[in-house]
Amino acid sequence: MADEGIRVQSEMKDGAVIVAPEGDVDLSRSPVLRTSLKQALTAKPARLVIDLGLVDYMDSSGVATLVEALQIARKGGTKMVLCGMKDRVRSIFEIARLDTVFTIAASREAAMAV
Amino acid sequence: MPIQFVEYRMTHPLTPTPPHAAAATRAPDLTLQMVSDPVYLSGAREMVSAVSRRLGFSEEACGQIALAVDEALCNVIRHGYDKRRDGPIWLSVWPEYGDNGQSGVKGIRIVVEDEARQVDPSQIKSRNLDEIRPGGLGVHIIREVMDEVTFEKRDRVGMRLTLVKHKKKDGGCCSAGGA
Repeated sequence: MADEGIRVQSEMKDGAVIVAPEGDVDLSRSPVLRTSLKQALTAKPARLVIDLGLVDYMDSSGVATLVEALQIARKGGTKMVLCGMKDRVRSIFEIARLDTVFTIAASREAAMAV
Repeated sequence: MPIQFVEYRMTHPLTPTPPHAAAATRAPDLTLQMVSDPVYLSGAREMVSAVSRRLGFSEEACGQIALAVDEALCNVIRHGYDKRRDGPIWLSVWPEYGDNGQSGVKGIRIVVEDEARQVDPSQIKSRNLDEIRPGGLGVHIIREVMDEVTFEKRDRVGMRLTLVKHKKKDGGCCSAGGA
């Protein structure tokens, strides 16, 4: 059955690629985010900021997508920063004990300065 | 003809309601029957979250219960049905009462049943979290957020997962009139 999908906006700013998914990131939608992140990392930017401010829910498939992106980013020399997480989204990183593995900033501006 | 019936049950996407958890002494208050298509995960989450809220769980606990159910369904879809989208899944809900029902709802019992590949329950384990790699977090998350987690093989085919969450003593009551 077709899904409406997830909107993922991407933009370049000061040498960084900013990716901003919107909506729930679950098993049906994480493949879309995965494709966007892989595209963003292809050019090996100095910095990749993933703004999760418009993500209301994320499950382990979304977290796995971000772990995969982190591994690609590290190999390519890209600094990857997550920002704007709502408490509900942040809690899954804490449950999975990944909150210390990712660089997490409060806002997009803070993510550009980390 | 018995053989035809067995074939029907194995191939039809939505078979008749299966026998529910042996531990339950009465029929579930609510059963959601769905196919193993990830597009329905959000509906299952919202249903469980709304029911949990009405049973008096805190907003945080409602989110955790919905997350556990989501992870359980994802595991059935990915590993049980190998991403097949037409396998049947049943999600049943019971309120848990203490003191023979005299002191109100004490928690929630949720049973997820399927007709997917059977796995030895002793082999369903959380992975080492020190290993930073994608995937394999579902069982850890389920065990972390729920109070009781039991995997079982169903009698003829498929698996049964029973999840129980108790309300905290401070009530953790959700906002009035939620969902």
